[in-house]
Amino acid sequence: MSDELQLPHAARVFVSFVALLRVNGFAVAPEQTTAFLAAIELLGPRSMEAIRLAGLATLAPPPERRATYDRLFDLHFLGSEAIDHAGAQDEEVVRLQEGGRGEDETLLADEANESGLAAARAEALVERRFAPSQTADALRKLSREAPARLPRRRGHRRMRARRGPWADLRRTLRESVRNDGEVLRLGRLKRRARPRKVLLLIDVSGSMKGRTDDNMKLAHALSHAAPNVEVFTFGTRLTRVTRALRLKRREQALSAAAHLVSDWDGGTRIGDALQAFLAVPRFGSYARGAAVVIVSDGLERGDPSALRDAVAKLSRRAWRLSWLTPLATGPGFQPQTEALIAIRRFVDDLVDGGSSAAIVSHVLSLGQRKAA
Amino acid sequence: MTVRGNIVGIDSPEALERALRTAYYLADDGLATAAYLGLALGKPLLLEGAPGVGKTEAAKAIAAVLGRRLIRLQCYEGIDASAALYEWNYPRQMLAIRQAGEESIDIYGETFLIERPMLASLRAPDSTVLLIDEIDRADQEFEAFLLEFLSDFQISIPERGTVRATERPVVVLTSNRTRDLHEALRRRCVYHWIDYPTAEREARIVMMRASSVAEATARAVVAAVGRLRREPLSKAPGIAEAVDWAEAATLLHARGARWPDAFKRSIGVALKDEEDLTFISGRLDALIAEAAA
Repeated sequence: MSDELQLPHAARVFVSFVALLRVNGFAVAPEQTTAFLAAIELLGPRSMEAIRLAGLATLAPPPERRATYDRLFDLHFLGSEAIDHAGAQDEEVVRLQEGGRGEDETLLADEANESGLAAARAEALVERRFAPSQTADALRKLSREAPARLPRRRGHRRMRARRGPWADLRRTLRESVRNDGEVLRLGRLKRRARPRKVLLLIDVSGSMKGRTDDNMKLAHALSHAAPNVEVFTFGTRLTRVTRALRLKRREQALSAAAHLVSDWDGGTRIGDALQAFLAVPRFGSYARGAAVVIVSDGLERGDPSALRDAVAKLSRRAWRLSWLTPLATGPGFQPQTEALIAIRRFVDDLVDGGSSAAIVSHVLSLGQRKAA
Repeated sequence: MTVRGNIVGIDSPEALERALRTAYYLADDGLATAAYLGLALGKPLLLEGAPGVGKTEAAKAIAAVLGRRLIRLQCYEGIDASAALYEWNYPRQMLAIRQAGEESIDIYGETFLIERPMLASLRAPDSTVLLIDEIDRADQEFEAFLLEFLSDFQISIPERGTVRATERPVVVLTSNRTRDLHEALRRRCVYHWIDYPTAEREARIVMMRASSVAEATARAVVAAVGRLRREPLSKAPGIAEAVDWAEAATLLHARGARWPDAFKRSIGVALKDEEDLTFISGRLDALIAEAAA
């Protein structure tokens, strides 16, 4: 808002609410602010609830950040510090204990990042710093070669071609108009190739600690080298970090991801994490027809049946399912852990994921013929 | 921004909620507010939510309330302008060129133009509601194209010139969120996330949609469906499934099946995925008994 505009006094409180949202990472366009003010004028002075709903409709906070929106709204309009909203769901984080209830991340410095439920859990929730490492070469190779080498599939848009299953009537007609209605050549169409989805599931539990930093860097590089990459981390929770990794600058992206993920280096429940992934419809649909890559040592405590069922389900949805484990060293690798033995039947590849070079070379080979 | 506070006699979210009820759609405050603001501010309404929460139904109900024809554009991967806007009838054009011989002919006349949903809504903005269904299935190129359409509601047909809407058409978009939509699209629209209804509201929906169902049955089915939605299923039952399940169980009961058995035998209309059925089968008895309690 420019200073020349004399804002009516009554409007200021609403415009400053928009400013507060922006400070907290909500993208609000000027046209949305205008719509918000028009909406409040339309609805008239009714109730706080009407203003909250008007804001939801016009400022369109993403549903997974609804809890944060509500908190900021209460803070701004009701002056409350923080109110627990029952039923607030952060869809990007699925906690495995509380049946998929999540909590939200607020960037307000004085806000606690945890709800009471989470505080009760004896997890070491540490925010991590990404240390520099030796994977620079592998990352460069990935960025350079991924666009050309990642798997492609036939899309549904059509393009001109010399040969193809369909006649291009539009072009044929245009040419025939130029030739007095004579059709000299029939144009053809074929289906255009599109990059296939890549879904990356990264184990960030304690046993993978030594690899996590590099794996996140690889995920960032891959997100920028290919158009449709989805990235999740899992340990004791499942967190979607796709959006954070879309930030161009690596340091920024990794720190944004570090903010979201709060189960670094903790325990691991791979089976439950994958089940949780499949239980959220829109997450599950990311796997359909995708090249799914799971980077995990497969050290699952206890009964591997949940893991087996989840991997079986994933493999039916995926175009190709690869499991990259640091335990696999060399081509003659035989899985030893109960979990890896249980899932071996369902994965297309069970290969070395112990170094950045190994992971990059596997990712770049995804587009070649599937493993037998 | 043109603001019209009163649309066909509806001058508040509450009035719209009442009107939607006459079209057999029970909207909560959030949806009624968003839909009213969309109509009043002349902005498209974008509804997101899980499959089966009633997004498409909402669009149908809005069209019914306004007394307008609903034009539905079902999106799919690869949908492009020729499927959404207009297409020329090429075979007819070619035939016409052949038949015309020496005479001149306008092969870009109205007779050769095939109208698609978006053009249809531009040409009759005051008597139609345009539903763009499952926009998340379309690719990003189409989304960009749609963004342009939604900002100025005009299209240019190179051979004929520009078609402009005489007033802003009412547009409803739905998305199952199988991918993130472009931020700009969300900004251009009035947005509402439709959640599963509360048990109370859903029971009312079931009774409204299936008049043969008794209240106790509706409540039991809704409780059971609510529990099923908390399970890791690949296809959670939507509202339509709840209605079907209540109807099917009522029918079986009328034919002599006992209650828990009637619910159990008709589970196939609520869960339509073989894996989900297998997954739940062991606990189905307990789940139904709990829900019916």
